[in-house]
Amino acid sequence: MKGILAIFRRELNGYFVSPIAYIVIGAFLVAAGFVFSIILSSVMQYAMMAQAQAARSGAPPDIDVPMQVIRSFVGFVGTYVLPILMPMLTMGIYAEDRKRGTMEMLMTSPITEIQIVLGKYLASLTLFVVMLAPTLLYYVIVGAYSDPPLPWRIVGSGYLGLFLLGAVLLAIGAFISSLTENQIIAGVVTFVLFLTLLFIDLSVRDSSSSVAEVIKYLSILQHYQEFSQGVIDTTNIIFYLSGVMLGLFLTLRSLDSMRWRRA
Amino acid sequence: MIEVEHLTKSYGQARAVNDISFKVEKGEILGFLGPNGAGKTTTMRILTGYLPATGGTARIAGFDVFEDSMEVRKRIGYLPETPPLYPDMSVSDYLAFVARIKGVEAADLSKRVEEAMRMTNITDRKDWLIKKLSRGYKQRVGIAQAVVHNPDVVILDEPTVGLDPTQRNEVRNLIKGLAGEHTIILSTHILSEVETTCDRVIIINKGKISAIDTPDNLTKQLKGGERVKIVVRGEADGLRSALEDVEGAKAVEVESSDHDGALAATVDSELGVDLRGRIAAKVVGSGLELLELRSVSLSLEEIFMQLTTEEKPTEEKAAL
Repeated sequence: MKGILAIFRRELNGYFVSPIAYIVIGAFLVAAGFVFSIILSSVMQYAMMAQAQAARSGAPPDIDVPMQVIRSFVGFVGTYVLPILMPMLTMGIYAEDRKRGTMEMLMTSPITEIQIVLGKYLASLTLFVVMLAPTLLYYVIVGAYSDPPLPWRIVGSGYLGLFLLGAVLLAIGAFISSLTENQIIAGVVTFVLFLTLLFIDLSVRDSSSSVAEVIKYLSILQHYQEFSQGVIDTTNIIFYLSGVMLGLFLTLRSLDSMRWRRA
Repeated sequence: MIEVEHLTKSYGQARAVNDISFKVEKGEILGFLGPNGAGKTTTMRILTGYLPATGGTARIAGFDVFEDSMEVRKRIGYLPETPPLYPDMSVSDYLAFVARIKGVEAADLSKRVEEAMRMTNITDRKDWLIKKLSRGYKQRVGIAQAVVHNPDVVILDEPTVGLDPTQRNEVRNLIKGLAGEHTIILSTHILSEVETTCDRVIIINKGKISAIDTPDNLTKQLKGGERVKIVVRGEADGLRSALEDVEGAKAVEVESSDHDGALAATVDSELGVDLRGRIAAKVVGSGLELLELRSVSLSLEEIFMQLTTEEKPTEEKAAL
């Protein structure tokens, strides 16, 4: 535990003394704020049109504005923003250590590889939460003017979905970073992989063939859609946790193999 | 403190380390001398538990480096060829981090960090970011991280490489200061470095040990001229006076007989002076029984040649 904590503290500090954390968090907040305001205004516009139509026909408008905003925002951030920004957080996790030679120091210290992997992973996860947390402010502001009141349960489940999706992306990115000494290569490979996952996911979204169903089931981008609708399904949580475990396990194997490879 | 037996490391067909055995006593400074690619780094990496050996065993403080890796790692400090530094950390933060992962208790932490900085003379830079430090200081921070947890054994891979002569001297004095309390292994490809720093030297070449001796004896063999080894049956004092009479003999050493009254002796002379004929004539002339006579400096000389020519391969090509 002490080993994990020592690694965790160093890694988290490492993010904040280099410009990378500020750049990624800054870029994320600009993108998120921009997307949120566009979604909010377009949903509002649509709602007003629906209301006008409803007034004419006499039927009540069938649009839930807060729910629509949350769904669209969480969906957009998860599908487009995270896959693009996360590689920047993960690319250096191991590649930098290998290049600096500090990996050799860590691996000859009396700490296990599991402690190294968990310490680094938890640090990246913490940074991700720090990056995501300010966007909750949007709901506080919107909630203050919302009538009916904002469904916080859906906000909560949507963010749980985002958190789990980010957790898987970080675990995969860390694994890729452990394969090379060059963080640019790690970043590009991770980015291309995430984009490929995104394109595969998009291409099967509207299809319902049996192959498409299998791909949808395996797609990490599919499973959080239900979270954004307020459904917390254990299946989806287990799916993501398995993804995290797989990523961490592969990273462990990769570190172990460094001892057997020719230097 | 360190026992290495028949250690071997293969990469496919190639053998980076080939059947190496040696022992290091507590408080000793042992130097690994050899050209680049001789297997120095590989041997050190096996001792630190970073690489597994293909064959043989290595024990540090009684613990096997592979079976009891964690116990071994607690007891060693290791400076790899490039100092393992985090450029964006301050010196004291960095040393505190290393102390934590090396298992130093929280109560002793600041004391150990202070002590490591004092020993390596970097206290005046404690709040500096590591990336702002000069090479010499970085190297000293690297040594500080290797001793911050007060390990029994300190392993230093090329601790003076890339330093200017003044810095090199500082680092050597620093290493000498560490001995006694710590057992030290260091590697180098500079002959004069082992002369000034080490108690004992292992010359390693192509994965094999070419020689183990004190630097004095080695340099005598390497540089100081020729050495002839003879084995004689007879009486020690007579042999000594006979050998001292040989024209050109600089130093004579007679060792006590091992069995059946045979005496072993070495005679040193200036470089390029071949005493073998004169010694043979003198020994036989004094009525002693000459059993064996050979020149021993040649093979080591060859190694030394390799050590020096390895540094400038272009010249060698030009000569051909």
